[in-house]
Amino acid sequence: MNRIFRLRVAALLVVALVGGVLMGGVMADESSDLMFPVPEFSDHPIPTASVPEVQGEVAPLLDVAILFVALCLASYFTLVSRSRRNVLLLTIASLLWFGFWRQGCVCPVGATQNVALAIFDPTYVVPLTVVAFFVLPLVFTLFFGRTFCASVCPLGAMQELLAVRSIRVPRWLDHSLGLVAYIYLGAAVIFAATKTGFIICRYDPFIPFFRLGANTDMLLFGSSILLISVFVGRPYCRYLCPYGAILRVLSCFSKWRLSIPPDTCINCQLCEDVCPYGAIHPPTVTQSPERRRKGKRRLVTALMVAPVVVLGFWWLGTALAVPLSQWHPESRLAEQVRLEELGVAASTTEASDAFRGSGRSVEQLYQSALSRRNDFVTLGGLLGAWTGLVIGFKLIHLSVRRRRDDYQADRAGCVSCGRCYWYCPVEKVRLGLISDVSEALPDGQLPTGPLVQLTVGGKKS
Amino acid sequence: MNSEKQTDRRGFLADGARVAGVVSAGVLGGFLAGRRGQADENRWQIDPDKCVGCGNCATHCVLDESAVKCVQCFDMCGFCNRCTGYYTLDGLDSRDTAAEDLLCPTEAIIRTFVEGKAGQNFYEYTIDTDACIGCAMCVKGCALMNGSLYLQVMHDRCVNCNECAIAVACPSDAFVNVSADKPYRLKRVALGVMRQKAGKADKAAQKLIDQVQADE
Repeated sequence: MNRIFRLRVAALLVVALVGGVLMGGVMADESSDLMFPVPEFSDHPIPTASVPEVQGEVAPLLDVAILFVALCLASYFTLVSRSRRNVLLLTIASLLWFGFWRQGCVCPVGATQNVALAIFDPTYVVPLTVVAFFVLPLVFTLFFGRTFCASVCPLGAMQELLAVRSIRVPRWLDHSLGLVAYIYLGAAVIFAATKTGFIICRYDPFIPFFRLGANTDMLLFGSSILLISVFVGRPYCRYLCPYGAILRVLSCFSKWRLSIPPDTCINCQLCEDVCPYGAIHPPTVTQSPERRRKGKRRLVTALMVAPVVVLGFWWLGTALAVPLSQWHPESRLAEQVRLEELGVAASTTEASDAFRGSGRSVEQLYQSALSRRNDFVTLGGLLGAWTGLVIGFKLIHLSVRRRRDDYQADRAGCVSCGRCYWYCPVEKVRLGLISDVSEALPDGQLPTGPLVQLTVGGKKS
Repeated sequence: MNSEKQTDRRGFLADGARVAGVVSAGVLGGFLAGRRGQADENRWQIDPDKCVGCGNCATHCVLDESAVKCVQCFDMCGFCNRCTGYYTLDGLDSRDTAAEDLLCPTEAIIRTFVEGKAGQNFYEYTIDTDACIGCAMCVKGCALMNGSLYLQVMHDRCVNCNECAIAVACPSDAFVNVSADKPYRLKRVALGVMRQKAGKADKAAQKLIDQVQADE
């Protein structure tokens, strides 16, 4: 009896052991981690959580189609039908659709970062919509100039509608501030490529208005940009927009572009006065031999200075590795943890608390932060060299003289808004609004030649 | 003649630059599209095992009402009478359902009696998703016990921003990119249970498993 009992117990134990081993793999994680077991009810099965499906993918395709149509319309209105009114209507439509309805996302400006990240990080999957948004305006610009900026970009549209009391920005300031956009572009690319952050999106000044809500800093920044744009035409486009910086370069090579008078320019200067973006250049005057010599000397100096500038900024960039790498949240976390380890930090942060809960070792964190800092020595150097290159190129560009016989839109700066059409007397004659150009001129008199030629040195008195 | 030649040269250069530009734009697009073909598009999601319930999800989302909401994983829930995800620590003893005793600020957790067994009462807690604001109060409370409540980005609401504003504010790096055809996560503990359940021809569990990207 006793033996039988013992055998039974042993058999049970074996069964339990085998069963336990078999079941263990499946059951282990359920039983081990729960403080209270899930009860079993007589007539109430345990429900299963449910989560909603991803919403349909129709909208992005629609967005690309709308972008394409808008770009076609914008190019048609500025280059073929030459209608400022239609451009303006399209601007308002784009602002409503891309801005307020789609809330400024996807936009080609921000898409730059996705493309940069996708190039540098093969694991990141960039949506095709975003690629299309990035590439389409580039291709259009190569053929028709910056028609995208004119009436498709919601950021541009917002400022376009506000440019009512534009003052002329001094040339030196205009040129220097214009460089900021290129530096911003470089910074955005290195930050996106290192997964530090998408700064273009984070510091987009118009998003607070499109989404009707943001934190105080961004609201203040956005409001000041809007306020400035009343007096300085398109401050964001001209001095900050990184995508605009790319378009400026491409626009220089565009196949067709906006021409101010449909026919011969009468050099009346009305277009230059009315352009809120300072993007129309007066005809050039013939230079005295002495000035020409001076110009040549300046070009030679600029050519010689440019490499020095590039090197100088490269060095400066490498010196900025630490502040640049601090943009990455993990580097900031590493610093905080270091301060806590040293007992200097007054209190822990949410991030450092979360880090301590994660089970990652402090050494690992430091290593990662240090290697990032080393990366940023190279990247900062590249950003600096890029900055130097941009400055050097600008200096050379400013030293090269181009001859103009009439008023012409700046190839890079013109956003094809078509405001000048409204004022050009030749255009008015073409439309049949007036019978002769003299009717549109202030004194009723046709200027005898380019106004600037009347004064010395190309400067207007 | 000379100026004509110059215009020609300039035109030629511009033509060359334009062709180069279009070709490189095409190559870039093709390259990215080709690379994309290897993987599916990304979505934002919260890794519930990393989430610390800081509450940033409720306030940092660009949407007025956050895309992040709470999910109740019943298969991890103890159906407790004294639920630390439902009551504040003061409310645990009184078990009064007055507002000051409840954690949820929007009354998004619904408590229903299920069964009395062995002298214990069991309650089921379900989330009213429309009322939930993703503040993670309950998540933090429940983490004291079984941790069956967890936050997820709801993909009927999420607009899939370029840079998720919550991901930037997340202190624990819990925001991850997941593929769009499996845009959810489960707690690692729940994954095994859910697979078992799906193995028993439970359609709801199978559906959930199909939506979840396992991180193994």
